[in-house]
Amino acid sequence: MIEVRDLCKSFDGKQVLKDISTVFEDGKTNLIIGQSGSGKTVLMKNLVGLLDPTSGQVLYDGRDFVAMSKREKVHMRREMGMIFQSAALFDSLTVLENVMFPLDMFSTMNLRERTRRAMDCLDRVNLVGAEEKFPGEISGGMQKRVAIARAIALNPKYLFCDEPNSGLDPKTSLVIDDLLQGITKEFNMTTIINTHDMNSVMGIGENIIFIYEGHKEWQGVSSQVMGSTNQRLTDFIFASDLLKNMRQMVINGTNSKL
Amino acid sequence: MLIYKYLTIFGRYLILMGRTFSVPERMRMFFKQYVKEMAQLGVNSIGIVLLISFFIGAVICIQMKLNIQSPWMPRWVSGYTTREILLLEFSSSIMCLILAGKVGSNIASELGTMRVTQQIDALEIMGVNSASYLILPKIMGMLTIMPCLVIFSSATGILGAYATAYVGHVLPPDDLTLGLQHAFKPWFMYMSIIKSQFFAFIISSVSAFCGYTVEGGSVDVGKSSTDAVVSSSVLILFSDVFLTQLLS
Repeated sequence: MIEVRDLCKSFDGKQVLKDISTVFEDGKTNLIIGQSGSGKTVLMKNLVGLLDPTSGQVLYDGRDFVAMSKREKVHMRREMGMIFQSAALFDSLTVLENVMFPLDMFSTMNLRERTRRAMDCLDRVNLVGAEEKFPGEISGGMQKRVAIARAIALNPKYLFCDEPNSGLDPKTSLVIDDLLQGITKEFNMTTIINTHDMNSVMGIGENIIFIYEGHKEWQGVSSQVMGSTNQRLTDFIFASDLLKNMRQMVINGTNSKL
Repeated sequence: MLIYKYLTIFGRYLILMGRTFSVPERMRMFFKQYVKEMAQLGVNSIGIVLLISFFIGAVICIQMKLNIQSPWMPRWVSGYTTREILLLEFSSSIMCLILAGKVGSNIASELGTMRVTQQIDALEIMGVNSASYLILPKIMGMLTIMPCLVIFSSATGILGAYATAYVGHVLPPDDLTLGLQHAFKPWFMYMSIIKSQFFAFIISSVSAFCGYTVEGGSVDVGKSSTDAVVSSSVLILFSDVFLTQLLS
């Protein structure tokens, strides 16, 4: 479980995150949603330690990550996996070498065991057969799946995903969502996903945090989104006229206008 | 204000070097990277080093013969001056200036691209000391391979000079040999290698700093690559003055 308490972040006097407090639970897909520039990525970077908060606490199972020493943070990070928006695979390494990288770096396994573990991870994301290819030779969706395989190679307790569906077609996005939800349940991880994708929100959002202009505007589950009376949330999620009409029809319990 | 800016940059450079020179997390991974960098930065530069050294050696020999040699000078003077120029300045300083262009831009653009595509962030998230993992093998690789490049450069430069004697008939080969062997001080060879070690460190560390600290996108990567070459070249020229004074 990750708990955030009164988190604030400022850049050159401009406050980007304002007193955010929330809890990300184990074994659930926790979604952070919000408009571009609302502070989602800054929040995630504060959670993983790529940025230091101006004030507040980030507690990993009760351990204050912000107050940790550099050495403690390094050890803590070995319990984390992260999937970046751009996948961030190492260009000079093959798919298999990318997945094996954390194992090469931190595990005490021998080469055969490391290879087997990496192949298991690739199998989990349905990428067996692509292990000898380089990142530049595979599609965006496959790159994201390799990033997922690399992130789970060391069985992390916490998984962070920064817009994992960006740049992917709706069908591939669903595959990625299913994978993320599947591995979250399988390994009982605390998964936090930054997303704009409304399919993800409605499909896998077990705990949704809506960030608006740097503060937490709303928190709930996907089934509560439809009936929410929060105007900012509904304006964000049901942005187009089509979605607004559909929502209205669902609320009215009719599909006559369709 | 300008001094404050440069001091800030120098401070950030020192902090980065502090992170870089830490014990590698996995020696196996370090050696793998170290060998790779030696090949990429050093072995892949041998071609350009040999090519440039050969022609510059030939040109120096011709220029010395045409502009210095006279009936009042001993006949070995062209060979002697060619050797001294190659050994004392060309093979160490000028060759390193050329390598600052090739290797420096390579290092800065590689690390800059890794920064803007979040590959360095990915390393940090895994708990890897990205500075040590990425930069230390480059510095060590350059320091290891540089003496070889200096020796190859000197040898090829002398071959170029011989080419002017045997093929171009600019001067008799015996006169060239006499000049090349005249009053040879082995210390000059060591001096050349010692200087090149300093320059190798400047090229690899300054370029790595420029690339590693990139912020922005592809335009900034290109800018960092240019900055790396310019900064390395200026620092090589400055330090050459002090090293020459110190070692002579």
